[in-house]
Amino acid sequence: MIETKEAGILTAIETKDAGKPTAIETKTAGKQTMIETKNVNFYYADFRALKEVTIRVEARAVTALIGPSGCGKSTFLRLFNRMNDLIDGTRLTGECLIDGEDIYHKSVDVDALRKRVGMVFQKPNPFPKSIFENVAYGLRVNGARDRSFIAARVEESLRAAALWVEVRDKLRASAFALSGGQQQRLCIARALAVSPSVLLMDEPASALDPISTAKIEELIDQLKRDYTIVIVTHNMQQAARVSDSTAFFMLGELVEFGSTKKIFADPDHDQTRRYVAGRFG
Amino acid sequence: MKWTRRLAKHTIEGLFTLSGGVTSLVVFLIIAFLFREGFGLFRSPAVERGYGLCVHAENAVPTLDAGQVKRIFDGEITDWKEVGGRPGAIVPFRVDDLFTGGGAMDDDPASVIPRVEALIARTPGIIAFLHADYLPGTKIARHLSLGNITPSDFFTGREWQPAASPSPRFGALPLILGTLLVSLAAILLALPLGIGAAIYLSELAGARMRAWMKPTIELLAGIPSVVYGFFGLVVLAPLIQKTFDLPVGESALTGSLVLAIMALPTIITLAEDATRGVPRAQREASLALGATRWQTICRVVLPGASSGIAAATVLGIGRAVGETMAVLMVTGNAAVLPRSLLEPVRTIPATIAAELGEAPAGGAHYRALFLLGCILFAVTMAINLTAELMTARSRPKNI
Amino acid sequence: MISRKTKQRVAFTTFRLLGLAVVAILGWILGFIIYRGAGAINWEFLTTFPRKGMTDGGILPAIVGTLYLVLGSLAIAFPVGVMSGIYMREYLGDRWLARVIRVMTNNLGGIPSIVFGLFGMALFVRAFGFGDSILAGSCTLALLVLPLIIRSTEEALRAIPDDHRAGSRALGAGKLETILRVTLPVAMPNIITGLILSVGRVSGETAPILFTAVAYSMPKLPSGILDQVMALPYHLYVIATSGTDIAGARPKAYGTALVLVIIVLAVNLLATATRACIGKKTKRD
Repeated sequence: MIETKEAGILTAIETKDAGKPTAIETKTAGKQTMIETKNVNFYYADFRALKEVTIRVEARAVTALIGPSGCGKSTFLRLFNRMNDLIDGTRLTGECLIDGEDIYHKSVDVDALRKRVGMVFQKPNPFPKSIFENVAYGLRVNGARDRSFIAARVEESLRAAALWVEVRDKLRASAFALSGGQQQRLCIARALAVSPSVLLMDEPASALDPISTAKIEELIDQLKRDYTIVIVTHNMQQAARVSDSTAFFMLGELVEFGSTKKIFADPDHDQTRRYVAGRFG
Repeated sequence: MKWTRRLAKHTIEGLFTLSGGVTSLVVFLIIAFLFREGFGLFRSPAVERGYGLCVHAENAVPTLDAGQVKRIFDGEITDWKEVGGRPGAIVPFRVDDLFTGGGAMDDDPASVIPRVEALIARTPGIIAFLHADYLPGTKIARHLSLGNITPSDFFTGREWQPAASPSPRFGALPLILGTLLVSLAAILLALPLGIGAAIYLSELAGARMRAWMKPTIELLAGIPSVVYGFFGLVVLAPLIQKTFDLPVGESALTGSLVLAIMALPTIITLAEDATRGVPRAQREASLALGATRWQTICRVVLPGASSGIAAATVLGIGRAVGETMAVLMVTGNAAVLPRSLLEPVRTIPATIAAELGEAPAGGAHYRALFLLGCILFAVTMAINLTAELMTARSRPKNI
Repeated sequence: MISRKTKQRVAFTTFRLLGLAVVAILGWILGFIIYRGAGAINWEFLTTFPRKGMTDGGILPAIVGTLYLVLGSLAIAFPVGVMSGIYMREYLGDRWLARVIRVMTNNLGGIPSIVFGLFGMALFVRAFGFGDSILAGSCTLALLVLPLIIRSTEEALRAIPDDHRAGSRALGAGKLETILRVTLPVAMPNIITGLILSVGRVSGETAPILFTAVAYSMPKLPSGILDQVMALPYHLYVIATSGTDIAGARPKAYGTALVLVIIVLAVNLLATATRACIGKKTKRD
C-alpha cells in the first residue's frame, strides 16, 4: 500500500515529465484547456459573490485574475481547490471542471483534488516546523514513508522553488527563521512537493518587499513550463509582467477575459480600460 | 477651590494605587498567616498540650517516641523490652482510670497527686498519662519528654489521628496520597472526554450546536461544588456501590468521577481556546496540500495547541487538588493510606473542612490543619505558575 | 492498511461521541436536579424556616443569609476590585511591577477556596475578632472574588480604544478626569457583567464560609453584621450529609440544590443579556 502510494506520487512526477512533449504538442497544436467554468454562481449565504462566470483557463500558462477589492477574484480562485467549502453557508451553481472532470461532483475526493491543485496564500503561512518538515508535510499526509524518497522530493521541490541554495545547510531550522520572501518560496516549494498540476496563487507577493516580489515573479515564469498557474493580484504591473492571459472581474462578474497584451493594450470593455488605466496612474 | 480639587484627585489616585496592591498584599498575608500557624505545629509538643507522661523512677527505658506511646496505649506494645527497656509488662495508666475506678470524685491536685504517686511507686511497669497538674515528683516518677512534633512525623507519618490520646498522630501521608490519587484519577478520566469534546466543539460542531453548547458548558462551570457533590452522593455513589458490589459507595472513584465532571468545563473551555488559537492560515495550508481534516487536526492543530492544552490540563489538576466540598461529600473520608480506587479516602481539603470546626484554636490539631493548608497553597501556586509559563510560551517563535 | 478516509471517519465519529457524551453528562446532572427539585420548590419552601430537623418547612434563613453574604462581599470587592483594575490598566502600563501584580492576581484566583476559609478564620475571625459572622464571611468571600472583578474590569478597560482616551486628553482633560468621565462610563456595562458573574460565584461557595460565617441552624434571621447566618450551599451540605434524618430531608435537599442551580442560571442569563445589550448599543454607535 505504501509502495503503491509512493509509486503513485512518482508516477505523477514521471507522467508529467513524460507528458511534457505531449503538452508542448497540444500547445503548439492549439490551446489545451485545464480549468473550465460554466455559468458559475457562488453565494455566501444570501450574498451572490460570483455571477454567471464562464471561463477557460489554458494549461501551462499563467492566468491573472484582476479587479477591485471584493470583486470576487479570490473567491473565484478558491473554487478550484474547493477552499470555499470550509466556509459555512456557501453554495455553488453551474459547473467547474478541471481536466474535464467536474470537481463539484458528489463522487469527487476533495482531499485528492487539493493535492492536484496546489495553493499559495497571500501571507506566507509556513507551519511551525522545520524547513524540511514543511516541504515533506504534503508527502507525509499523502502516505509517503520512505525517507530517501521524501528527502529527494524535498530537495527537488526546494530547487524548483529557487530556495535550495539558500536553505540546504539549515533544513532542520525552523521555517520561521526565514525571511518573508523565503517563507513564501518555501510555501511554494511545499505546494510543489505533492506534484500538483495546477498552482493557485492568491496575491502571493502582496506581503513582500520589491526584491522578494521580483524573485517570486521570476519563479512564476519558470514554473509555468510545468504547471498551470492562476494568480490573483491587485498589482497591475505584476499581472502585465507575469501572465499570459488576464481576467478582469468586477462586482462578481467576469467583465473581460483575453490575452494579457490585449487586456492591457486594447481592452474591449470600457470598464476594463478605465480600471487598467486608473491603476497605471 | 483649586486645592480641594487637587486634594480629591490625589485621594482618588491614591485609592487606585492602594487597591492595585491589594491582591499582592492578600497573597502575602495568606502566606504569612498560613505558614505562621502551620509551622507552629513543629513547636507543638508531641503529647497533648497540658498533659505529661511519666514512668516509674527506676524504669530503664531511654526514651519513647510518639508512635510508640500511641501503640502502648492502644495495647499493641505490651512489654518494655519491645521499646528498649528491661523486660516487664507495661501498665498503661490514664488519670481518668483513677476516677472511673469508683474512688473519690475529688479532682483537687492536692488529693490526686499522692494517690498517683502511690500507684506509680507500687507499679514498676507503669506508664502514666496525666494532666500537668497531677504529675508527681521526680523522685517517684521519671517524666518522659516526647519532644516536639517533627516535620518527618508530619510529612512521612502514615497515621492521621488528631484525636488520639495521649499523643495525637499527624501523619499527612495518607491525606497527601489520597489527594493525589483522587485528583490524578479525575484528570485521567476528564482529559480524553474534555479534549475530545473541545476538538468536537472547535473543529466539527456546526455553528448552531456550538451556539448552545458553549453557554451550557459555561453554565456548568458556575454550578456550585456542593451541588456536584450532592449529585455524586445521591446518584454516583449508589451507582458505584452497585456496580462494584462495595459495602459503601463513597470511594476514591466516586470522588474522581465527580471531580472529573467538575473539571470538564474548565478543560473544554481552555482546550477549545487553544485549538481555536491555531491560525486559520495554517489549517488552510494543510488542507490545500491535500491533507484530510483529521490529518490537519492531528498534525497542525493539536501540535499548535499543545501548550495551551497542557496548561488546561495543569489548571484542571490544580482545580481538582483544591476542590473541597464535592470531595468531602463523596469520598468517604477515611484517613488511611489509599490502596485502591474503590476504597474510601480522604483528601487534604476535605480534612481541613471536616476537622477545623472541632480543632481548638492554637492547638496542635489546628496548626496541623493550617500546615495542610500550606501544602495546598504551595501546590496550587506552583501549578498556577506552571500553567502561566506554559501559556506564555504558547506563541512559539521557533519550533 | 486502513485508508486515511476511514481513519478520519473513525476519528470524527469518536470525537462526535465524546462531544455528545459530555453534553449528555452535563445534561443529565442539570436534568436530574431540575426534575427532582421542581417538586420541592413552592412558595412555602422559599419563605419559611426549616422545621422538624430540616425535614419540613423551607429555607428562608439560608436564602436571606446567602443574600447578605453576597451583598456584603460585593460591597467590599466591587469598589476595591474596580479601583484595582483601573490602577493596573490605566496607571501601571507594562512595567515589571505590573507583571508581578498581574501574576499575583492570577494566583489569588487559583488558590483553593478552602485556603481562603483558613485564612479568613485566622485573620477576620480571630485576629480581627469579628467572630463567626456575616462580616467575617463577607470579607473572606470578597477576597475570593476580587481577582474575578479585577480581571473583568481590566478586560473592559482594554476593550476601549486608545483614541477615546487620546481624544479626551487632547481637550485638556487630566488623566483622572478622562478615566472618570470617558473611560469608566464606557467600560461600566462590561464591568457590571463581571459583577453579575461574581454573584453566582459567591452565592455557591461553601468552603470559605464554613469557619467564618455559617451556622447549622438559626432560630431567627440575623439582625446585624456580627451575627452568624445560614447559607444555601452550606445548608445543602448539611441536610445532604449530616442531618438527624437524612432520608427525610432529601426532598428539601433537592429543592435547595435546584435553588442554587437557578441562581447560577439566572446570573448567567442576566450576564448574557447585559452583553447582548452592550453589543446592540455599540453597534448603534
